[in-house]
Amino acid sequence: MGSTSSTLAKIPNAEDLMQETGFTPAHLVRLYDRFKVLDKDKKGFLTPQDFVAIKELAMNPICDRIIGAFFTSGGETLDFPSFVRILAHFRPIDKNRPKEPTSPDPINSRSNKLKFAFQLYDQDKDGKISRHELLQVLRAMLEKQVTEEQLESIADRTIQEADLDRDDAISFEEFRKSLEKVNIDHKMSIRFLR
Amino acid sequence: MPQSTLLTLLKVVFLICSTLAGEESEEESQSQHHHAETNLTDAFIVRLNWHHVENPYLVVLWIFVAGVAKIFVAQLNARLKSFFPESGLLIICGFILGGIVWGADKAQTFKLEPRNFFYFLLPQIILDTGYFMPNKLFFSNLGAILVHAVIGTCWNAGAVGVSLWGCYLGGAMGDLNIGLLQFLLFGSLLAAVDPVAVIAVFEEVHVNEVLFIWVFGESLLNDGVTVVLYNVFDAFVSLGGSKINAGEIIKGIVSFFVVSFGGSLIGVAFAIIISLLTKYTGKVQIIEAGFIFVLGYLSYLTAEMLSLSAILSVTFCGVCCQKYVNANMDEKSVTAVRYAMKVFANGSETMIFVFLGVTAIDNVIWVWNTGFICLTILFAIVYRFIGVFTLTWMLNRYRLVPIEVIDQLVMSYGGLRGAVAYGLAASLDETRIKEKNLIISTTLIVVYFTVVIQGLTMKPLVKWLKVKRVEPTELKLIAKVNNRACEHILAAMEDIAGRIGDNWWTRGWKRFEDTYITWFLMKPEARKNKDYLFSIFHKLNLEDAVNYVAEGEKRGSLAFLRNGDRTNVDFDKKFGMEFSGVMPDITSELDYGIDNVPMTSIRRDSIPSVSLDIHEQDMKDMNEDFNAHHLLQQHLYRSRKNHRHKYSRSDFKINQSEDEVQEIFQRTMRSRLESFKSAKMGVSPAKKITKHPKPSQKMSNGKSTDTSKSYPYGDEDFEFSEVDSAYSGDAAAAGGSSPMRAPPYTVGAGIENPAFMPEMDTPPPPWLTEVETDTSVAPSQRAQRQLPWSPTNLQRLTPLRISNRSTDSFVMADVPAAQDSPEEPPEDGSQQDGTHM
Repeated sequence: MGSTSSTLAKIPNAEDLMQETGFTPAHLVRLYDRFKVLDKDKKGFLTPQDFVAIKELAMNPICDRIIGAFFTSGGETLDFPSFVRILAHFRPIDKNRPKEPTSPDPINSRSNKLKFAFQLYDQDKDGKISRHELLQVLRAMLEKQVTEEQLESIADRTIQEADLDRDDAISFEEFRKSLEKVNIDHKMSIRFLR
Repeated sequence: MPQSTLLTLLKVVFLICSTLAGEESEEESQSQHHHAETNLTDAFIVRLNWHHVENPYLVVLWIFVAGVAKIFVAQLNARLKSFFPESGLLIICGFILGGIVWGADKAQTFKLEPRNFFYFLLPQIILDTGYFMPNKLFFSNLGAILVHAVIGTCWNAGAVGVSLWGCYLGGAMGDLNIGLLQFLLFGSLLAAVDPVAVIAVFEEVHVNEVLFIWVFGESLLNDGVTVVLYNVFDAFVSLGGSKINAGEIIKGIVSFFVVSFGGSLIGVAFAIIISLLTKYTGKVQIIEAGFIFVLGYLSYLTAEMLSLSAILSVTFCGVCCQKYVNANMDEKSVTAVRYAMKVFANGSETMIFVFLGVTAIDNVIWVWNTGFICLTILFAIVYRFIGVFTLTWMLNRYRLVPIEVIDQLVMSYGGLRGAVAYGLAASLDETRIKEKNLIISTTLIVVYFTVVIQGLTMKPLVKWLKVKRVEPTELKLIAKVNNRACEHILAAMEDIAGRIGDNWWTRGWKRFEDTYITWFLMKPEARKNKDYLFSIFHKLNLEDAVNYVAEGEKRGSLAFLRNGDRTNVDFDKKFGMEFSGVMPDITSELDYGIDNVPMTSIRRDSIPSVSLDIHEQDMKDMNEDFNAHHLLQQHLYRSRKNHRHKYSRSDFKINQSEDEVQEIFQRTMRSRLESFKSAKMGVSPAKKITKHPKPSQKMSNGKSTDTSKSYPYGDEDFEFSEVDSAYSGDAAAAGGSSPMRAPPYTVGAGIENPAFMPEMDTPPPPWLTEVETDTSVAPSQRAQRQLPWSPTNLQRLTPLRISNRSTDSFVMADVPAAQDSPEEPPEDGSQQDGTHM
């Protein structure tokens, strides 16, 4: 599997990636190894099929959406830098690192984490979570016992809570506002990426 | 003034009780003799049988006195702006009471016996904390809690013991008959951070949830650890220093783990038994709540019997059973358990603090040794700080969100010692520990110092350090939905990144639980609707329904419920749909009124779910809910009260058949639905104001005769489906006082509502000015809260209603003076609402 074979030198543009994502060299090497493991045919890029092949992931109720989030640009291929960039969303926010005012929002900022979550709902990418889209997600996530009607009323209520302009859909701004009190950093971070 | 009278009253009660006790003990033989004599010679009508009742009487009297002290303290605290921690005040109350007893008896008659404490006061407190433990938070922080509870406690015990011993050798305490082992024993009993004291202080402060669970979880588990450590050292002391070799020490370490893990396992086993039992209590609902207490206590006693850690046992029993028990039992039983648990826990907590104070008033136990006492306090605090900071520093290296220095400071400072330490000290064996009294008095001083001084300064410290507190958050469905999504996302990312992380474990456990544990421990029907998101949804709906009615009542009328204009239809539609799923629950809750409504299930968590608030949260919310439910109970279903004559030991629902209630509810819903339909089809809905008061008055009077038999909900018979003809006798009578105004508002499809009649009489609707301009007079905070739709809609609704009203000639006739005032505010109100949302 070559888990120890990689070094930073083998990764193209490693410095830039680290700069951009904030990952440490160790993380990057680890992720590079993982990337190569997932890329079974040594194509140099990943396809959705490579993701589906992960057994645990295939059991995830919203797996297609999550995989879809990796292939946002519409293509069917994913190279290593994009792969790392997506995962960088889940790096915990580090308070200690000095914030340079000139640099743009880091990938793992609160709003970027939220954006990532938002686009999982917003499948048609019109910048709004419609009732239909929300219903789909809910249907996937809730257990079987909940009936379709109940599902619909849950969706209605959810939209109602967030919907400020009464257009029966949740825009990103509304989404962000309604989750203001939620500790997104906590909820959208993975410890081992620190 | 009332306080001073209360105090004098208390003193009187006390003097009576204590003098009685004193006299009796002195003249025991005499009086018994006397009784026997009178018994023989002549018949009697009444006589004083003090001896028959002495023990239970004193126990109950003390419970009563402690309760009164609690009331007193709560009253006082309100004046002091909660500056003083309640636990500290209770101890001071205890001093006073102890002083009174002392004054009467010239000896200490009552004190906190370790046996009573460990067998009758402590178990319910620990069971309560376990049962109300925020499980998710607890288990996700279990690692850190264990590190603090085990390593931290051992460190504290060892460091304090050794340092004191060092100082003793250095000559700081003069001449004492005490050795290293005794010092270690003392250190171990002093290492117990007391959950009772800690919760009492921390829940008043509302620190953030991670800090809370750390301190709280640590104090809970470390009690178990302390008791184990104490037993190990106690065994060492009785062995004597010379006989202790490596083998004994290894035995001690092994027994440490066996005792703690064994105790925890006993607890888990009992939790399984409880859960299994509640699976089959469907037919005996009335006693199922009792099982929790009986088996919880049994788990404590069983562990004690096997010399395993009883505290850990009952803790884990509570923690593990809560989920399944709550799912299995009837909702009413769950409420019963919750409240009974709080009553017991709160009661014994009060008793403990009062008795900690009473115990101090004694001339026997007090041995003063300045060096020993001061050094103990110093070391206890210093080593606590060192321990917490070192351990947290280590833990922080692995944490997602590090614990900040300020939090660590508060955590160290929150190391309050309490009754457990005293209980352990008091149960020392005087033959082996020569300085037992010194140890007891030092322990008491440490307890007073930490509870009173540290407790007192805790709040200012938290404020001054700007410790992150919990913000009262509104329960939001969208947040919960998103949390669920985030869980899936994180688990997926871990899969993709190819490493086993926290979410992998969480998911693994969840799957295991879903497939095996719930199957084993839960009723099939409970398994069905256990989806968390759905239960949140359900809870929110119930809340809305209650708020909606409460709001309406506050506004003086439930007319808006069915005046069928646009916004109202919106409500009907939304809720009508939800009711299809939720209906059975709502009916069951509405029909029993205040006695049975699970208030907690519908209360909003204004304080975080983690706060194990024994006092504040429940009380605050309860009051509000109570008021609302009380009103509901009184007015909505009043006439049925007349039937309640029978007594049944096993049932609350006496002669209301389930069918009847269902019927009422369904009819109500049907009529609403109809009104909704008619509104949708363009039929003008504004028919609530009948312009012919006389006929409808008659109608309602005529109707009232048969209300006793059935509920006239036959809305279909009448002209408009939403105009409720149902006017009960009560309502008509109430209407009698205002014959002209009443009939137009005969509203309340399915609800007889005499309560609103008087309010009809006050034509310039007071809420218009009160609620919208000056919110501070509004009686209920809850009612002001902006809910997703109901209150807003209410506020939008009312202006419409007002305009109807003001054109109504009756209103004109009735309220000439107030005419102009209602006209203005509605506009403002609706605009405000717009901006609110």
